[in-house]
Amino acid sequence: MKNLKWKMENLLRTRTLLMIMAALFTVHFSMFTASAQIAVKGETVWTMAGDPIINGVVLIKGGKIEAVGTAAQIQIPSDYRVISAKVVTPGLIDAHTVIGLNGYLNQPHDQMGLDSGASFQPELRATDAYNAEERLVEWVRGYGVTTIHTGHQPGALASGQTMIAKTWGKNVDEATIVPTAMIAVTLGAGANAQGRSPGTRAKQASMLRSELIKAQENSAKTDPAKDLRSQIMARVIKREIPLLITAEAAQDIMTAIRIAKEFNIRIVLDGVSDGHLVVNEIKASGFPVIVHASMARPGGDRSNISLENASKLRSAGIPVALQSGYEGYVPKTRIVLFEAAMAAANGLGPSHALASITIDAARILGIDGRVGSLAVGKDADIAMYDGDPFEWTTHCTGTIINGRVVSDVKR
Amino acid sequence: MKKLFLTFLFSALFALAASGQEKLTAFVNATIIPITGPAIDQGVLLVHKGKIVAVGDAKTVRLLSDVITIDVSRKIIMPGLVDTHSHIGGPAGADSTGPIQPDIRILDSVNPRASSIQRAQAGGITTVNVMPGSGHLDSGQTLYLKLRDDAVKIDDLLILDKAGKYMGGIKFANGTNSLRAAGGTFPGTRAKSAALVRDQFIKAQEYRDKVAKAGGDKSKLPPRDLAMEALVEVLDGKRMVHFHTHRHDDIMTALRLSKEFKFRIVLQHVSEAWKVADEIALAKAPSSIIMIDAPGGKLETVDIDFKNGVALEKAGGLVGFHTDDGITDSRWFLRSAGLAMRAGMSRDKALYGMTMANAIMLDLQDRVGSLEAGKDADFIILSGDPVSVYSHVEQTWVEGKKVFDRSNARDYIFAVGGKGATDDGDSHMDIHCFDGDGGNQ
Repeated sequence: MKNLKWKMENLLRTRTLLMIMAALFTVHFSMFTASAQIAVKGETVWTMAGDPIINGVVLIKGGKIEAVGTAAQIQIPSDYRVISAKVVTPGLIDAHTVIGLNGYLNQPHDQMGLDSGASFQPELRATDAYNAEERLVEWVRGYGVTTIHTGHQPGALASGQTMIAKTWGKNVDEATIVPTAMIAVTLGAGANAQGRSPGTRAKQASMLRSELIKAQENSAKTDPAKDLRSQIMARVIKREIPLLITAEAAQDIMTAIRIAKEFNIRIVLDGVSDGHLVVNEIKASGFPVIVHASMARPGGDRSNISLENASKLRSAGIPVALQSGYEGYVPKTRIVLFEAAMAAANGLGPSHALASITIDAARILGIDGRVGSLAVGKDADIAMYDGDPFEWTTHCTGTIINGRVVSDVKR
Repeated sequence: MKKLFLTFLFSALFALAASGQEKLTAFVNATIIPITGPAIDQGVLLVHKGKIVAVGDAKTVRLLSDVITIDVSRKIIMPGLVDTHSHIGGPAGADSTGPIQPDIRILDSVNPRASSIQRAQAGGITTVNVMPGSGHLDSGQTLYLKLRDDAVKIDDLLILDKAGKYMGGIKFANGTNSLRAAGGTFPGTRAKSAALVRDQFIKAQEYRDKVAKAGGDKSKLPPRDLAMEALVEVLDGKRMVHFHTHRHDDIMTALRLSKEFKFRIVLQHVSEAWKVADEIALAKAPSSIIMIDAPGGKLETVDIDFKNGVALEKAGGLVGFHTDDGITDSRWFLRSAGLAMRAGMSRDKALYGMTMANAIMLDLQDRVGSLEAGKDADFIILSGDPVSVYSHVEQTWVEGKKVFDRSNARDYIFAVGGKGATDDGDSHMDIHCFDGDGGNQ
């Protein structure tokens, strides 16, 4: 009996503790996850859908942007949570990264960007590898990055598919907005394999052509093959999805354009360190460019990498987005905000630099209907800063995704 | 100040008469950040024969007619940056034959014509400690260099001490980089690493005692041993140990060894400094830290943080920055101060950490690191606030000579990149410093 009483008391105590913990957890949880009604006030609001608004307000309801305008134009309803910041921008878009597949530990078990068993594997799906809770996803979210185009890394002729995700979500399904965005193709020194083909640039081009011919022939059949590779390559031939061709050296950029024209397929040029040497040719091709992080170590195919690359390409009228990119070394991710900052200070200017990590990136990725600018009806993805977002000494003070405050660390 | 200046003027005129060339040069109207004192508006920096002869405002430093005047209105002048840890010049130190190779001199390995040196000039770096990698417990002797222009041979970049000997430290490392799973002569664990280092220092103590006992009698001297000679210099406090270390426990091991053998130490990288900042400050060990964009990349650096700077500042430790070039790029070295400030470090200490703190770590505090009369005329001219991303290094001066000028087309390429910025075989460089694990964890 005594024993039972003790047990009961203990149980009660435990229950009380659990209830307190649950209550605390709810408060904390709701602070971060509730898709509440929020009014974001900014001394400067970069909508990227027109001139910046001085003393602007963005109203958020149901995870979407409800209204955007000046404080004078917009009445903030009394039940809206008000968050103020010096500078407000659309949530940033990193137009090409490998985070979520390649983890911060840099150990074999958390590096899932490249299967080196074969040179051409377009059937590998990024969604089968994406870790939504990877620490680097949280890391870039703290700097205002809300959307990432991530997936298989450069390093094989075709390493696999890419996907587009929000940097929020407990799992891949919650995070993903485009499960298959592009196919990651690499040309140049990085595509050579050890002990098998391709071993030269010309062999890379030949193998890629062969695969595209196979896909063309298969697509023309009345009863086309249904294996995984045939299915995904058929989508390339039908121009449903582009190849993301990583080509750093000028000759590889030219090869990418040549093959795309031969097969009338869509491509997005990626990396493009030598882009500033073949500006006219890229411009004539009409293909958009996702410029590699220019703070990457120079050398190899990136010997001519330049801080002015983005500026030179954009001023020629080429659609340009920036990326954190892929490197096998520390840092395991660069911060696309910092890359835009360097581009801003080296010819691109703050306004175009911001466009290259918001609306211009969204257009190249084909998601500008949802994200990339602060416009009514778009996803409520917002980054907030306590000064010029590009200054090293400024902080990101908060990040909102789908109307939820997902980061309020000062980073 | 006036009196002081007149003294300088007389000696300068005397020197002019003797050499018949090289006039006094005055950089006027800039905002001068001398580092060891408050910023000076409408400042004057007076330079002669590679030395600073006066720093002050227009009232305190009056110029005579026979002075070349360079107007740098709306610009910032600060000391040339000092990088305590770099691999420019593509050096390779110790080889795979053993974990401790104090006889290795990086002097014999640096390419003085490498474009990485010109890129470092473009980043405003004027003094640098070039080191071998961290794949060994001791990978050899390091080299302090001035980034003078047009070097034909390594001798043209050396910094000589009062005895005429070129200056440098020695590189040690602990943690995973110097471990080898296969074993052999290399350690397989952290405790073994420390034991091997202890063993060598005890041998060096015995070697030193034998030399002392011989009392100059050549017949009694032990056979010459280059490795032991270098370690005796360490024991005698003549050679600074630059100790690569990341994790908090490895940092404490480095400090423990330093205390046991009374060697002078600079903690390099110190990725988890924020966890043991008080202990580092208590040991009076200087820390040279690095700013990396994201945590991780290797298991030892999962907790690296921009807050290392503010943590060490608050603890009262001496803290500076390094590039570890090519881990981070010399061209945007100044970003380090900005990112440290982002995490809470004070502006004054952050800029001190780009210059004077590092001069102290290289025993060069009497020659570089601040703008003061009598010091080397190593300085940079910036277009604006040193920690603003929009500011550019416009000119870099070493010992009164301009070594980088952004308005020069060739130099410009070294600053921003493009064709011709890297064509010197940098890819042969062995980066084993921040990354490059040697084996197991």
